[in-house]
Amino acid sequence: MRLPCPICGDRDRREFYYQGHATMLNRPSADAGTATWDDYLHNRENPAGETRDLWHHEAGCGAWIVVTRNTVTHEVSGAVLAEKAKT
Amino acid sequence: MVKLIARTACAGLLPKTIGTITLAEIAAAPVTLIAPHRGQKKATSDALKAAVGVGFPAPNRCVGIAPRAMWCGKDQALLIGVGCPELRGTACIDHSDAWAIVQIEGADAVAVLSRLTPIDLRATEFKAGHTARTLIGHMTGGITRLGSQSFEVMVMRSMAGTLVHDLTQAAENIAARAVNAR
Ligand SMILES: [Zn+2]
Repeated sequence: MRLPCPICGDRDRREFYYQGHATMLNRPSADAGTATWDDYLHNRENPAGETRDLWHHEAGCGAWIVVTRNTVTHEVSGAVLAEKAKT
Repeated sequence: MVKLIARTACAGLLPKTIGTITLAEIAAAPVTLIAPHRGQKKATSDALKAAVGVGFPAPNRCVGIAPRAMWCGKDQALLIGVGCPELRGTACIDHSDAWAIVQIEGADAVAVLSRLTPIDLRATEFKAGHTARTLIGHMTGGITRLGSQSFEVMVMRSMAGTLVHDLTQAAENIAARAVNAR
Protein backbone atom coordinates (compact mmCIF):
# COMPACT_ATOMS: atom_id res chain seq x y z
CA MET A 1 0.00 0.00 0.00
CA ARG A 2 1.33 3.41 -0.97
CA LEU A 3 -0.03 6.78 0.17
CA PRO A 4 0.29 9.96 -1.93
CA CYS A 5 1.88 12.49 0.43
CA PRO A 6 1.18 15.97 -1.04
CA ILE A 7 4.77 16.98 -0.18
CA CYS A 8 6.85 13.80 -0.73
CA GLY A 9 4.86 11.98 -3.41
CA ASP A 10 3.88 8.27 -3.32
CA ARG A 11 5.39 6.61 -0.27
CA ASP A 12 5.28 3.23 1.39
CA ARG A 13 2.66 2.78 4.15
CA ARG A 14 5.44 1.93 6.63
CA GLU A 15 6.46 5.61 6.66
CA PHE A 16 3.04 6.65 8.02
CA TYR A 17 1.28 6.54 11.38
CA TYR A 18 -2.49 5.98 11.27
CA GLN A 19 -4.63 8.24 13.45
CA GLY A 20 -8.24 7.50 12.49
CA HIS A 21 -11.12 9.19 10.74
CA ALA A 22 -10.66 12.82 9.65
CA THR A 23 -13.64 13.77 11.80
CA MET A 24 -10.97 14.24 14.48
CA LEU A 25 -10.33 17.63 12.80
CA ASN A 26 -13.87 18.80 13.71
CA ARG A 27 -13.14 19.55 17.34
CA PRO A 28 -16.24 20.70 19.26
CA SER A 29 -16.12 23.87 21.30
CA ALA A 30 -15.18 23.46 24.95
CA ASP A 31 -18.77 24.10 26.08
CA ALA A 32 -20.41 21.81 23.49
CA GLY A 33 -21.70 19.44 26.15
CA THR A 34 -20.88 15.89 27.16
CA ALA A 35 -23.03 14.21 24.49
CA THR A 36 -21.24 16.06 21.67
CA TRP A 37 -17.82 15.39 23.19
CA ASP A 38 -18.65 11.73 23.78
CA ASP A 39 -19.66 11.42 20.14
CA TYR A 40 -16.50 13.22 18.96
CA LEU A 41 -14.17 11.07 21.04
CA HIS A 42 -15.74 7.63 20.76
CA ASN A 43 -18.25 7.19 17.94
CA ARG A 44 -17.23 6.55 14.33
CA GLU A 45 -19.00 5.52 11.16
CA ASN A 46 -17.96 2.20 9.65
CA PRO A 47 -18.48 2.94 5.96
CA ALA A 48 -18.46 0.38 3.15
CA GLY A 49 -17.00 2.66 0.49
CA GLU A 50 -15.23 6.00 0.56
CA THR A 51 -13.72 7.22 3.82
CA ARG A 52 -11.26 9.92 4.88
CA ASP A 53 -8.51 9.21 7.37
CA LEU A 54 -5.82 11.20 9.15
CA TRP A 55 -2.30 9.89 8.64
CA HIS A 56 0.98 11.31 9.91
CA HIS A 57 3.97 11.13 7.56
CA GLU A 58 6.04 10.26 10.59
CA ALA A 59 9.08 8.79 8.83
CA GLY A 60 8.94 11.42 6.10
CA CYS A 61 8.18 15.13 5.95
CA GLY A 62 6.26 15.17 9.24
CA ALA A 63 3.00 16.47 7.74
CA TRP A 64 -0.46 15.40 8.86
CA ILE A 65 -2.50 14.47 5.80
CA VAL A 66 -6.09 13.49 5.04
CA VAL A 67 -6.22 10.45 2.76
CA THR A 68 -9.34 9.50 0.82
CA ARG A 69 -9.64 5.75 0.30
CA ASN A 70 -12.28 3.13 -0.41
CA THR A 71 -12.78 0.39 2.17
CA VAL A 72 -14.41 -1.90 -0.41
CA THR A 73 -12.03 -1.59 -3.38
CA HIS A 74 -8.94 -0.52 -1.36
CA GLU A 75 -8.41 2.27 -3.88
CA VAL A 76 -6.52 5.27 -2.52
CA SER A 77 -7.90 8.21 -4.47
CA GLY A 78 -6.08 11.22 -3.04
CA ALA A 79 -4.60 13.12 -0.13
CA VAL A 80 -4.38 16.71 1.04
CA LEU A 81 -2.50 18.40 3.86
CA ALA A 82 -4.61 18.37 7.01
CA GLU A 83 -4.05 22.14 7.37
CA LYS A 84 -5.78 22.61 3.99
CA ALA A 85 -8.45 19.95 4.37
CA LYS A 86 -12.12 20.92 4.25
CA THR A 87 -13.62 19.22 7.25
CA MET B 1 40.81 24.21 32.33
CA VAL B 2 39.46 20.85 31.19
CA LYS B 3 40.37 19.96 27.64
CA LEU B 4 37.55 18.02 25.97
CA ILE B 5 38.37 15.84 23.01
CA ALA B 6 35.92 16.20 20.12
CA ARG B 7 34.76 12.89 18.66
CA THR B 8 32.82 12.66 15.42
CA ALA B 9 29.62 10.58 15.42
CA CYS B 10 31.20 7.61 13.61
CA ALA B 11 34.71 7.84 15.15
CA GLY B 12 36.28 4.39 15.33
CA LEU B 13 33.55 2.86 13.14
CA LEU B 14 34.45 4.13 9.65
CA PRO B 15 35.80 4.11 6.95
CA LYS B 16 35.08 0.62 5.60
CA THR B 17 35.24 -1.07 2.22
CA ILE B 18 32.87 -4.01 1.68
CA GLY B 19 32.60 -5.61 -1.75
CA THR B 20 32.14 -2.82 -4.28
CA ILE B 21 31.16 -0.12 -1.81
CA THR B 22 32.93 2.18 0.59
CA LEU B 23 31.44 3.77 3.70
CA ALA B 24 32.94 7.00 4.99
CA GLU B 25 31.85 9.57 7.52
CA ILE B 26 31.10 13.08 6.27
CA ALA B 27 32.12 15.84 8.65
CA ALA B 28 29.53 18.51 7.94
CA ALA B 29 29.83 21.21 10.61
CA PRO B 30 28.47 23.75 10.98
CA VAL B 31 24.87 22.59 10.52
CA THR B 32 21.81 24.72 11.33
CA LEU B 33 18.17 23.70 11.16
CA ILE B 34 16.17 26.49 9.52
CA ALA B 35 12.40 26.68 9.93
CA PRO B 36 10.70 29.81 8.54
CA HIS B 37 7.70 30.98 10.52
CA ARG B 38 4.33 30.81 8.79
CA GLY B 39 4.32 32.94 5.64
CA GLN B 40 8.05 33.74 5.89
CA LYS B 41 9.52 31.13 3.52
CA LYS B 42 10.09 33.52 0.61
CA ALA B 43 11.66 36.20 2.80
CA THR B 44 13.87 33.60 4.49
CA SER B 45 14.93 32.19 1.13
CA ASP B 46 15.80 35.66 -0.22
CA ALA B 47 17.80 36.53 2.91
CA LEU B 48 19.64 33.21 2.78
CA LYS B 49 20.46 33.66 -0.89
CA ALA B 50 21.81 37.16 -0.28
CA ALA B 51 23.90 36.08 2.71
CA VAL B 52 25.33 32.69 1.72
CA GLY B 53 24.39 32.15 -1.94
CA VAL B 54 21.81 29.38 -1.58
CA GLY B 55 18.06 29.76 -1.17
CA PHE B 56 15.57 27.71 0.85
CA PRO B 57 15.29 24.38 -0.99
CA ALA B 58 12.10 22.98 -2.50
CA PRO B 59 10.74 19.82 -0.84
CA ASN B 60 12.89 16.74 -1.50
CA ARG B 61 15.77 18.80 -2.90
CA CYS B 62 19.29 19.74 -1.85
CA VAL B 63 20.87 22.86 -3.39
CA GLY B 64 24.44 24.17 -3.49
CA ILE B 65 27.71 22.37 -2.73
CA ALA B 66 29.60 24.45 -0.17
CA PRO B 67 27.56 25.71 1.50
CA ARG B 68 24.42 23.74 0.76
CA ALA B 69 20.82 23.75 1.91
CA MET B 70 19.09 20.40 2.33
CA TRP B 71 15.32 20.09 2.71
CA CYS B 72 14.63 17.91 5.75
CA GLY B 73 10.91 18.06 6.43
CA LYS B 74 7.78 20.16 6.09
CA ASP B 75 8.97 23.81 6.05
CA GLN B 76 12.40 22.80 7.37
CA ALA B 77 15.89 22.66 5.90
CA LEU B 78 19.46 22.13 7.08
CA LEU B 79 22.04 24.77 6.21
CA ILE B 80 25.34 22.89 5.99
CA GLY B 81 28.91 24.11 5.74
CA VAL B 82 28.51 27.75 6.72
CA GLY B 83 27.56 29.65 9.84
CA CYS B 84 23.91 30.63 9.93
CA PRO B 85 23.33 34.26 8.96
CA GLU B 86 20.86 36.53 10.73
CA LEU B 87 17.43 35.42 9.50
CA ARG B 88 14.36 37.31 10.68
CA GLY B 89 11.07 35.44 11.02
CA THR B 90 12.90 32.13 11.12
CA ALA B 91 13.71 29.60 13.81
CA CYS B 92 17.41 28.71 13.55
CA ILE B 93 18.72 25.86 15.69
CA ASP B 94 22.34 24.70 15.86
CA HIS B 95 22.52 21.07 14.68
CA SER B 96 26.30 20.87 14.44
CA ASP B 97 27.35 17.46 15.83
CA ALA B 98 23.66 16.43 15.97
CA TRP B 99 23.79 14.17 12.91
CA ALA B 100 25.68 11.07 11.88
CA ILE B 101 26.31 11.41 8.14
CA VAL B 102 27.72 8.53 6.10
CA GLN B 103 28.64 8.55 2.44
CA ILE B 104 28.10 5.26 0.63
CA GLU B 105 29.78 5.01 -2.75
CA GLY B 106 30.20 2.21 -5.27
CA ALA B 107 28.56 0.06 -7.92
CA ASP B 108 26.22 -1.68 -5.43
CA ALA B 109 25.25 1.45 -3.48
CA VAL B 110 21.63 1.37 -4.71
CA ALA B 111 21.35 -2.37 -4.04
CA VAL B 112 22.68 -1.96 -0.50
CA LEU B 113 20.44 1.00 0.36
CA SER B 114 17.42 -0.70 -1.19
CA ARG B 115 17.69 -3.33 1.55
CA LEU B 116 17.17 -0.63 4.16
CA THR B 117 14.73 1.92 2.73
CA PRO B 118 11.31 1.72 1.03
CA ILE B 119 11.95 4.62 -1.38
CA ASP B 120 12.72 4.19 -5.08
CA LEU B 121 16.42 5.03 -5.51
CA ARG B 122 16.73 4.30 -9.24
CA ALA B 123 18.57 7.08 -11.09
CA THR B 124 15.51 7.79 -13.25
CA GLU B 125 13.46 8.60 -10.11
CA PHE B 126 16.01 9.79 -7.57
CA LYS B 127 18.56 12.10 -9.21
CA ALA B 128 21.61 14.01 -8.03
CA GLY B 129 20.38 16.77 -5.76
CA HIS B 130 17.29 14.80 -4.73
CA THR B 131 16.87 14.12 -1.03
CA ALA B 132 14.25 12.22 0.94
CA ARG B 133 13.19 11.89 4.52
CA THR B 134 12.40 8.22 4.93
CA LEU B 135 13.07 5.02 6.85
CA ILE B 136 16.57 3.56 7.08
CA GLY B 137 16.05 0.19 8.71
CA HIS B 138 14.06 1.00 11.85
CA MET B 139 15.32 4.58 11.98
CA THR B 140 13.97 7.76 10.46
CA GLY B 141 16.60 9.67 8.53
CA GLY B 142 17.60 11.28 5.27
CA ILE B 143 19.02 9.97 2.01
CA THR B 144 20.54 12.31 -0.59
CA ARG B 145 21.98 11.36 -3.97
CA LEU B 146 25.40 12.93 -4.52
CA GLY B 147 26.30 11.24 -7.81
CA SER B 148 25.62 8.24 -10.03
CA GLN B 149 26.96 5.75 -7.46
CA SER B 150 27.18 7.95 -4.41
CA PHE B 151 24.70 8.72 -1.63
CA GLU B 152 24.68 10.42 1.74
CA VAL B 153 22.73 8.78 4.56
CA MET B 154 22.00 10.65 7.77
CA VAL B 155 20.36 9.85 11.09
CA MET B 156 20.45 11.56 14.47
CA ARG B 157 23.85 11.15 16.09
CA SER B 158 22.63 8.86 18.89
CA MET B 159 21.94 6.22 16.22
CA ALA B 160 25.37 6.37 14.53
CA GLY B 161 26.31 2.86 15.68
CA THR B 162 23.06 1.37 14.41
CA LEU B 163 23.44 3.16 11.07
CA VAL B 164 26.95 1.79 10.56
CA HIS B 165 25.78 -1.68 11.68
CA ASP B 166 22.81 -1.70 9.29
CA LEU B 167 24.83 -0.40 6.32
CA THR B 168 27.60 -2.92 7.04
CA GLN B 169 25.15 -5.83 7.31
CA ALA B 170 23.38 -4.89 4.07
CA ALA B 171 26.69 -4.41 2.23
CA GLU B 172 28.04 -7.77 3.46
CA ASN B 173 24.87 -9.52 2.30
CA ILE B 174 25.13 -7.97 -1.16
CA ALA B 175 28.85 -8.81 -1.35
CA ALA B 176 28.11 -12.43 -0.32
CA ARG B 177 25.63 -12.78 -3.16
CA ALA B 178 28.27 -11.55 -5.60
CA VAL B 179 30.70 -14.23 -4.33
CA ASN B 180 28.06 -16.95 -4.70
CA ALA B 181 27.26 -15.80 -8.24
CA ARG B 182 30.86 -16.23 -9.41
ZN1 LIG C 1 5.53 13.59 3.28
